[in-house]
Amino acid sequence: MSWGEGIASRFKPGDKVHVAARYPVRGHIRTPFYIRGKTGVVERICGQFHNPEELAFGKYDGPEKVLYRVRFDQKHVWPDYRGGPSDKVEIEIFEHWLEPAK
Amino acid sequence: MTHDPHDHAHDHAHGGDPHAPIKAKEPEGHYQLLADAVRELLIEKGYFTADEHRAFIERIDARTPALGAKIVARAWTDPKFRQRLLDDGKKGCAEMGVDVVVANLVVVENTPSVHNVIVCTLCSCYPVFVLGRPPDWYKSAAYRSRVVRDPRAVLREFGTDIAPEREVRVHDSTADMRYLVLPMRPKGTEGWSAERLEALVTRDTMVGVAECRLAS
Repeated sequence: MSWGEGIASRFKPGDKVHVAARYPVRGHIRTPFYIRGKTGVVERICGQFHNPEELAFGKYDGPEKVLYRVRFDQKHVWPDYRGGPSDKVEIEIFEHWLEPAK
Repeated sequence: MTHDPHDHAHDHAHGGDPHAPIKAKEPEGHYQLLADAVRELLIEKGYFTADEHRAFIERIDARTPALGAKIVARAWTDPKFRQRLLDDGKKGCAEMGVDVVVANLVVVENTPSVHNVIVCTLCSCYPVFVLGRPPDWYKSAAYRSRVVRDPRAVLREFGTDIAPEREVRVHDSTADMRYLVLPMRPKGTEGWSAERLEALVTRDTMVGVAECRLAS
């Protein structure tokens, strides 16, 4: 399988992306706090899925959202990171949480 | 009929009445009560029957790390299968008769330059359909918060030292994918059959908190 084949996505593997620094107080959000506001690189397109932020409130017929795997440098995510300089963390993030990074 | 009070297993203190009625020691917690109430409502409303629910739990409990070990051992001994598994974990598992159920399984391969480890920082997503139910530590707040923040220290606590020049790659299962680590095949196992190799592949090596070793 070629991941993301036939999916109209805003970003493609290798693109630099910025995670929105939004902090809504309510809702079922699958973007962890620790990664909001950070910049990473799209590793792959996972597919299209219903938005968990709607599913959690019983809305099952909303539009599907593109889901990405985004790779981040640990040294960037945690400024005082104690591991190696090439260590990474990879996270699944929905398209509406991503912006193009400069 | 004569009766020896100690011919059966029991969990009451010696000296007590072996036939005293079983009493709950404490009330069920909030979440247990909530889960029971939701289950009863779903059954009452006809979403599934009690027997279907029981059978589902039975099916999950029948899954064990032995399934994952079979998949890893095949990948070690069949390079074409290994490639298919890395390309599409769900299809690879299906070839081995394992239905992954979720959207897809991302198989991440350990190499001399990369070590992978899996976590779910938001809840406790786990590749149940290839490994069975997760161990308690995987669901603990300590593991979930620390392995993403300081993975090398957490791995050391599990007895796993990753060389400084190797990259540690943490996979946070935040949405629809599930993850399985394809561990490195230990040296000294050349020519082994897949069946013999399976014994080296444990649950923790497929989560990435340990590496496969020959028994010393």
